[in-house]
Amino acid sequence: MAQPHPPAAPHEGLIHEPATEHGGGFPPFESSTFAAQVLWLALAFGLLYYLMAKVALPQIAGILHDRQGRLAGDLDEASRMKSEADAARDSYERSLKEAQDKAKGIAQATRAQLAAEADTRRKTLEGELAAKIGESETLIRSRTATAMGSVREVAADAATAIVERLTGQAPDRAAVETAYDRTQTAH
Amino acid sequence: MAVKMDPIHQFELKPLVSFGHVGHQEIAFTQSALYMFVAVGLIALLTIWATGRRAVVPGRMQSLAEVFYEFIASTVHQSAGHGSERFVPLVFSLFMFVLLLNLFGMIPYAFAVTSHIIVTFMLALVVILTVVIYGFMAHGTHFLGLFVPPGVPGWLKPLIVVIEVVSFISRPISLSVRLFANMLAGHIALKIFAGFVPALLAAGVWGILSPLPLVLSVAVTALEMLVAVLQAYVFATLTSIYLSDALHPGH
Repeated sequence: MAQPHPPAAPHEGLIHEPATEHGGGFPPFESSTFAAQVLWLALAFGLLYYLMAKVALPQIAGILHDRQGRLAGDLDEASRMKSEADAARDSYERSLKEAQDKAKGIAQATRAQLAAEADTRRKTLEGELAAKIGESETLIRSRTATAMGSVREVAADAATAIVERLTGQAPDRAAVETAYDRTQTAH
Repeated sequence: MAVKMDPIHQFELKPLVSFGHVGHQEIAFTQSALYMFVAVGLIALLTIWATGRRAVVPGRMQSLAEVFYEFIASTVHQSAGHGSERFVPLVFSLFMFVLLLNLFGMIPYAFAVTSHIIVTFMLALVVILTVVIYGFMAHGTHFLGLFVPPGVPGWLKPLIVVIEVVSFISRPISLSVRLFANMLAGHIALKIFAGFVPALLAAGVWGILSPLPLVLSVAVTALEMLVAVLQAYVFATLTSIYLSDALHPGH
């Protein structure tokens, strides 16, 4: 692998001469550089490991953890708010339904009450009216009776007068009345 | 130009500051070390500074950091299962570190830290040592049950145990060599294809053919981009699977 192509070959001796001074010739296998490389590697990698383990990775892990926590918290908050909104909607719907029921109840009760009141008033009115009608009927009956009584007297008088005029002699009062009564019952 | 055409040259370590030698070893702050610390700095910037506002609705950079974190956390959880949360920082560090170093390697003239076997081997060793140490701490000798799969007939057990032990030992090797070899081979291939372009242009009439390796090197660059990300992911996934053994050695 150290022989790429002929033109480079004559110069190779020149380049490798300082290398052969240390023994190997092929830099990665020159053991005289190993101690220094191990030393610097140990220092560099040790520093890197220390920085990563103590500072960098806890920081990054913290960031990721915070973000995850924040996301979970936000999601929790969102679902909590959603359930709150749901509960609010439910309670709103419930109270709306209650109010509707109540309104319906009130309306029904009012209607029933009004109907009952109207009924009682109608009944009292009817009662009063019936009483008045009864009174009036009694009155009418008594008046009729009175009137009829008067008519009997007037008719008897008239009949007496007519008979007296015709015959010149006043008839017996009782006979006239009997005759009148007879005509009444004949009807 | 000839120096640039050497495909191995790019893997050389260039000491920026040298602290002298300890025995045969040169202790130097190289460009490789610089890349490592730049990677650590960028990762810290992305994961700490960009997420500093702790925004609930993230910005672009915070989103990116969160995506990486969630990706690794879910990979670890899927592969290692219950109780694997404690290993997320380790796998996350490994993934980001390997990913950035791989991608740095894709920048022209940049250096690929993960093309050095010692680096990938050390990272793999961290994984295996974590598995072994945590396994023994959490499960005691029960952890050794990892090497004895249930439901194996008695006469087959010695053979199976040997196979399981060998497979366990080869894990850090395969984990490190996979990453190292991918990065090394990719960068060499890229360099060679790109090197063909000036070589053909310099070869007179053959210059007509130079667009061919150019197109190829563009394609290989895209492929290497994929490999850079994929190898980081493979490293993280295999780490999670190995850690699963430490958490649940019984199954």
